[in-house]
Amino acid sequence: MHAKRKAGSARATRATPADVWTLRLYVAGRTPISLAAFANLKRLCAAHLNGRYAIEVIDLVETPRRARDDQILAVPTLVRMLPGPVRKVIGDLSDTKRVLVGLDLIPAPKKSS
Amino acid sequence: MKQNERKNVIRKPRRPPPLTKAPTGIQGLDELTGGGLPRGRPTLLCGSAGCGKTLLAMEFLVRGTMEFGEPGVFMAFEEDTTELMTNFASLGHDLKALVARKKLVLDFVHIERSEIEETGEYDLEGLFVRLGHAIDSIGARRVVLDTIEALFSGLSNTVILRAEMRRLFRWLKEKGVTAVITGERGDTRLTRYGLEEYVADCVILLDHRVEGQMATRRLRIVKYRGSTHGTSEYPFLIDEGGISVLPISSAGLMHVAGPERVSSGVPRLDAMLGGKGYYRGSSVLVTGTAGTGKTSLAAHFIHAATARGERCLWLAYEESSSQITRNMRSIGIDLEPPVRRGMLRFHAVLPSICGLEMHLVTILKLVNQFRPRIVVIDPVTNFDALGSGAEVKAMLTRLIESFKTHQITAMFGSLTVGGTPLEATDLGVSSLMDTWLLLRDVQNGAERNRFLQIVKSRGMAHSNQMREFLLTDHGVELLDVYVGPSGLLLAGGAREALEAQERAQALVRGQETEAKKRELKSKRQAMEAQVAVLQAEFEVEQAEVSTTIGQDRTRAGVLAGDRVQMARQRQSDARAAGKTPRHK
Repeated sequence: MHAKRKAGSARATRATPADVWTLRLYVAGRTPISLAAFANLKRLCAAHLNGRYAIEVIDLVETPRRARDDQILAVPTLVRMLPGPVRKVIGDLSDTKRVLVGLDLIPAPKKSS
Repeated sequence: MKQNERKNVIRKPRRPPPLTKAPTGIQGLDELTGGGLPRGRPTLLCGSAGCGKTLLAMEFLVRGTMEFGEPGVFMAFEEDTTELMTNFASLGHDLKALVARKKLVLDFVHIERSEIEETGEYDLEGLFVRLGHAIDSIGARRVVLDTIEALFSGLSNTVILRAEMRRLFRWLKEKGVTAVITGERGDTRLTRYGLEEYVADCVILLDHRVEGQMATRRLRIVKYRGSTHGTSEYPFLIDEGGISVLPISSAGLMHVAGPERVSSGVPRLDAMLGGKGYYRGSSVLVTGTAGTGKTSLAAHFIHAATARGERCLWLAYEESSSQITRNMRSIGIDLEPPVRRGMLRFHAVLPSICGLEMHLVTILKLVNQFRPRIVVIDPVTNFDALGSGAEVKAMLTRLIESFKTHQITAMFGSLTVGGTPLEATDLGVSSLMDTWLLLRDVQNGAERNRFLQIVKSRGMAHSNQMREFLLTDHGVELLDVYVGPSGLLLAGGAREALEAQERAQALVRGQETEAKKRELKSKRQAMEAQVAVLQAEFEVEQAEVSTTIGQDRTRAGVLAGDRVQMARQRQSDARAAGKTPRHK
């Protein structure tokens, strides 16, 4: 496994695997944006996923191959691996509402830009 | 020592090293750019859809790794790697093998706007990491981004994108890779998203235009910082061998004109051309109305050349190669053996299959591949349907210049339409030609006869005589021309009739002379006889006269004697007796 776990405490253990949301956060080094994205993601998951989630942080600087293998372009990129289908959200995840829409946690507003 | 070193270090930036170039290996493009694309810098390649951007970019990489040992990374934003491999396999490039041998990296960047939600700030470091890893994994020296503008349609934050784009090009320069970035042509700008703002070093524009139903691909170097380059639009060709660009303006009338001669294949014609034939590397124009034997003259030329071991290229724009071969066999020229031996190549196409520029590119490509010493274009007149007179002339000028540069002797067949002045070529190309042979058709009574004359032949003493031009079953023959009593040219049957008449007249004249000679002889005999008679008479007369003189002398002697006798007898004067009297 190439991934580096940035925050092991974020991993949930209580729920069954089917219910667990598997999220991957791709970053490139410890930049302010990537740190902000990780903080935003943790806050968001705590508020909306109630412990049924696992976050895997992948630093592309350490495992550059993953950028190509996982089709990553922009950083930070948040990928919802499970449940399918795969969804991608890029940016520092500061706009909570859009992140929730992007992760399909709330339905998209009618006129999404 | 240290001080010196430091001095050198300081001095260096003041005198930057001359711009080095990364050859593309693409025929013609390196000539245009004076050696290739700027090494270690990005080049923008723009053009509308389907103009060959991806192909040119890929060829830059493939040739780079195969011919110049510079591995490359191809980052595709529009076609995935399987599509790329399939598309380029049809062009003869085995991308899969290159990838397996670590000569090439293909990376397909998939962006789909609907799958991506953007929240807040981000950058494209993922792309940088990805590209950097690809470059480092094979030690790439060349990079293609095709087309990076896809980012603009995949991501919405253009402020970030523009900043990242600027950073990307700077990063590519720092990496020292020679990069080609493709971009779609915009309505008012070179590229839809203004990539030219970021790439300032070299901009190449591709174009695919249709004019009069003829599609022509053209390439233009819009900008090349720090280097001279051709500025015109240059046609280029995409075929199974990839891209070939045609640098035309490089033709600068610099060809060397040597003294070497090359036989026309017709001995009598060689005799008319200063005894030796055409100059090597000259262009020969053969004009004439339909059926005057232009192609036959070309066949002679080709046949003689292939027999000498010179490769020949026959560009036929009216007849198929088999038709030419069959027809030439009827005058005793078999073109099939040279074709089989690879000495003669036919390129028979209809002129209307493509535009003038494409013809030019095709011909030059053929010439470059086959390297012929002699090229025949028959008939060149068929090009006039493809463009205006000036365009055709411009195309032929470039063609001829290129032939001359390669020391290729070229023969152009040109059809003159009946009724027009024979000296007027339809294309006005005669001024470009070094030797101009005019074949004409003259009607004589119930016959048509062909004549050949040399209108011009630069740089040699050539015959000003017209010759009758005969097509026999053993080839072309040239015969002297008879001018009839009314000033008309006599040929064919009329010439034969005249010849017979002259022979008869000569016979008669000979007989008359003989008769006169005989008459003279008999006259002389008669005269001599008369002379003999007269002489005889004269001798008789002479004899008589001599006798008379003798008698007279005798008589005078007698008389004197008598007188002495008488005086003595008279005894009158004794003193005077011994003397003759003083007075009679």
